[in-house]
Amino acid sequence: MLEIKGLSVSVAGKEILKDFSLSVAAGEVHAIMGPNGSGKSTLSYVLAGREGYDITAGSVLYRGQDLFALEPEMRAREGLFLAFQYPVEIPGVGSATFLKTAVNAIRKHRGEKEYDAMEFLKVMREKRDALGISEEMMRRTLNVGFSGGEKKRNEILQMALLEPYLAVLDETDSGLDIDALKVAADGINALRSPERAMIVITHYQRLLEYVVPDYVHVLADGRVVRSGGKELALELEEKGYSGFTGNAEAAA
Amino acid sequence: MATNTETARTVEALSEQRYKYGFVTDIEADSAPPGLNEEIVRFISAKKGEPEWLLDWRLRAYHRWMETAEDTPSWAHLDYPEIDYQASSYYSAPLRDEDRPKSLDEIDPELLKTYEKLGIPLQEQEMLSGVAVDAVFDSVSVATTFKSKLAELGVIFCSLSEAVAEHPELVQKYLGSVVPYADNYFATLNSAVFTDGSFVYIPKGVRCPMELSTYFRINAANTGQFERTLIIADEGSYVSYLEGCTAPMRDENQLHAAVVELVAFDDAEIKYSTVQNWYPGDENGKGGIFNFVTKRGACRGRNSKISWTQVETGSAITWKYPSCLLLGDGSSGEFYSIAITNNCQQADTGTKMIHVGKNTKSRIVSKGVSAGRANQTYRGLVRVQGKADNARNHTQCDSLLIGEQCGAHTVPYIESRNASAQLEHEATTSKISEDQLFYCRQRGIAEEEAVALIVNGFCREVLQELPMEFAVEAQKLVAISLEGSVG
Ligand SMILES: Nc1ncnc2c1ncn2[C@@H]1O[C@H](COP(=O)(O)OP(=O)(O)OP(=O)(O)O)[C@@H](O)[C@H]1O
Ligand SMILES: [Mg+2]
Repeated sequence: MLEIKGLSVSVAGKEILKDFSLSVAAGEVHAIMGPNGSGKSTLSYVLAGREGYDITAGSVLYRGQDLFALEPEMRAREGLFLAFQYPVEIPGVGSATFLKTAVNAIRKHRGEKEYDAMEFLKVMREKRDALGISEEMMRRTLNVGFSGGEKKRNEILQMALLEPYLAVLDETDSGLDIDALKVAADGINALRSPERAMIVITHYQRLLEYVVPDYVHVLADGRVVRSGGKELALELEEKGYSGFTGNAEAAA
Repeated sequence: MATNTETARTVEALSEQRYKYGFVTDIEADSAPPGLNEEIVRFISAKKGEPEWLLDWRLRAYHRWMETAEDTPSWAHLDYPEIDYQASSYYSAPLRDEDRPKSLDEIDPELLKTYEKLGIPLQEQEMLSGVAVDAVFDSVSVATTFKSKLAELGVIFCSLSEAVAEHPELVQKYLGSVVPYADNYFATLNSAVFTDGSFVYIPKGVRCPMELSTYFRINAANTGQFERTLIIADEGSYVSYLEGCTAPMRDENQLHAAVVELVAFDDAEIKYSTVQNWYPGDENGKGGIFNFVTKRGACRGRNSKISWTQVETGSAITWKYPSCLLLGDGSSGEFYSIAITNNCQQADTGTKMIHVGKNTKSRIVSKGVSAGRANQTYRGLVRVQGKADNARNHTQCDSLLIGEQCGAHTVPYIESRNASAQLEHEATTSKISEDQLFYCRQRGIAEEEAVALIVNGFCREVLQELPMEFAVEAQKLVAISLEGSVG
């Protein structure tokens, strides 16, 4: 599904990711944990194709294609989805309108018939109900005035409708209350399937209790300093990052 | 409203091309020789079989025009080559008088095809839609539908020429009563040589049950277009009028100097919506329409209301300030505007709200979008006269810039001679952020479509003032007019 090899990325002359490698197979869920500023969001943005990052070394193969050869919208249409750590507000654009435009862009790319307004509303309603998102919220302007938790739930709703192959969830759990976390986790789990993979970026073990990962990686200072199974998250919770970052050299 | 739905569909179907309506219909034109002099004014008037008083009025305007210098550019933020008024022809009709059509069946199939390309299936209109269309082709109105239905209510909706013949007392009373012939250079020119336009009269207490709609189209080469529209809403009446236009592609600049006059009596309301999509010129600014329009409404009656909504995406140059004279106590004026300029387009547009009566209200919402090397200026005047107690105005002026080479300017003029006035002005300038674009693209939406989506969001407050189907069409136009503005 995803093969990241020796990826080094700089922003404004500063190296953020350093010789980063990660291999994700279909059906797997990988959790990435790491201290603030370690490069987690940078990784997600680079995968999604945001501008402003210098890729100084390495390669990324996504479903057999050179990921960096694809424009951001093509990556999305080819099934790469990023749930943003900070979803962007777009004043005046209705949430439902935005989603319909996105869903249809992707359906068109897949050679599927685009939804008309009625069809879309029906499909959206099902997913919306499952995530406890009100109709009123979808009538509002995209992310404008949404609470932190509402923004995150809206990201999950978008993911559910866009049905990606590879979803990168950047701190989707932060800002969610306990009940909302459970609902969001159900939404994420509902998408788990043998054809799909997920990279879940989080600071907390709690999400991983619901969305149980196959692998956990610890990212510190732009490198993976430790990889393991789901137990690693528990260990982190106990010891904090300092125990890992200290012996970064040894682990790498 | 099938007409506008059709138009929207046509616009969509044609959305691959640069300028969708760039075709020229080959119709035998019956034109005046180029140039403007007293003889030409007399020729136009004679051609139309006008009464003496109208010819006199035209001639007064003509002489006034000859004495006036073209003074607009000195203050407007516009830059355009000198217009050679003697090079244009001032009269052109698609058909000779003797074979003017009596019904749709007699209309030149070429013309009907043109309408079809424009998305106005005239022959289906009566059956499909509730919209009566007074279609203006070149300077003479050739088709009017739904007259009978409107006639039952006493609504008069016809070409101005017909109104001159059939309702001379109304025309004589109101023509030039809101925009006098000496008002400004272009209005004066229009008064001398106007060829046709629409006339609407809504009798007392009648709520016009359908949107009245006119599609304009500039056609015969080298012919200036001088439309003149007059709408009168008698006491307690209501009318919503739609004006939409497109023009064929050509190289030499074309002058368009229209005049629109609205009169609203006690408790009457006029809603006037425009989607303007004339040829803007190519990427390098070659060609395109010069659009110098005078639009003004007089709220003469108590609690009368006039509302202007405009979506200006076309023309190389737009100079336009739809205005409201708030004479009646409690009257209100509204101006909702979207102006989009791309490539080398220039627009200097805005409104004037003149508060004369007591307790008058006005509201201005202007959304300007600039891309490419385009320049636009919002220029708005709010004037509160001495006796206008408790006047209120709220002005909101937002500009959105796409790219680094375009410009947006906001020039509000506020003159208050009454201390009780409450005037508020808000202005913002923003850019489409990289983050917004990236967010859209991450969801699979192509960059151009993302820009259109974001711009339509920016314009939402104005778009929602348009009648439903017109809004759909306008959104498409927003997208089309910004093609090529990114990447
Ligand atoms: N545009 C930029 N200019 C300069 N520095 C940047 C830029 N973007 C990111 N950085 C820096 O790169 C480092 C990694 O940032 P990133 O957002 O990837 O961290 P993170 O692991 O996601 O942190 P958090 O857990 O707080 O979300 C930080 O030190 C950040 O300040
Ligand atoms: Mg982050």
